[in-house]
Amino acid sequence: MTITTVGDYQLHVDGEGFLTEYDEWDEAVGEKLANQIDITMTDAHWKAIRFLREDFVEQGETATLRRVSTIGGIPIKELFELFPGKPAKKMAYIAGLPKPRGCV
Amino acid sequence: MIPDFGTPDSKRKLAIICSKGNLDMAYPGLVLANAALGEGIETHLFFTFWGFDMITRSRMGELKFTMLGNTATHMPQGLGGLPGMTALATHQMRKQIAAIGVPDVPEFLEQIVASGGHLWACRMSADMMHIDENDLYEAVEGIISATDFIEKTEGAQLLFI
Repeated sequence: MTITTVGDYQLHVDGEGFLTEYDEWDEAVGEKLANQIDITMTDAHWKAIRFLREDFVEQGETATLRRVSTIGGIPIKELFELFPGKPAKKMAYIAGLPKPRGCV
Repeated sequence: MIPDFGTPDSKRKLAIICSKGNLDMAYPGLVLANAALGEGIETHLFFTFWGFDMITRSRMGELKFTMLGNTATHMPQGLGGLPGMTALATHQMRKQIAAIGVPDVPEFLEQIVASGGHLWACRMSADMMHIDENDLYEAVEGIISATDFIEKTEGAQLLFI
């Protein structure tokens, strides 16, 4: 585990760069993380991120793309538009959570 | 340190040939296609022979699982042929799949298409079974020949299931 600097923040991250400490994150940090990967946060983006944060507390693990869609109520197509290429990983990163481990 | 989210013009491409019609063998292709799409990889699924059942409207929700010929079920083979056993085995398998939150075949295909996946049907199988576009799941993009498939999958990683 290493510490990386994002703007004014010192954050604990894993070997790939995903945050490891749930409480080191807040929405200002999220905003900065999004900027680092060229994503401009809108309400639609925040809806997904907020769902992921809450769901993580309840489930103890990061929701898969499917779960964000079926339980979080955001269509898959929209998730690919909001977070292009690797939506599940990008969302996890911005939300300061580990990348999802589930298969579907 | 930022995770590697890949370059937008990455050329990785995956083509999966789905040739089986039993319920258990429908899933490997779907799961891997979904995973590849989630990583931003251009993914094509090509349905041929028994795999046609996965994209035929009247059958795609009714795939079955039999223990016959499959010793990995750890059951005596004679059991598999008894009346009602295929229905029982199918029922059990569906329950197990649903219990881990994995969708049924039609819903899974819907998710794959929503994620940008391409579905293709094999020309020869369509001719053999006298099936046309009207019989197929509407998201199938076309009925194509083996040559078309080879052209479409230039540079792609290939998976035969």
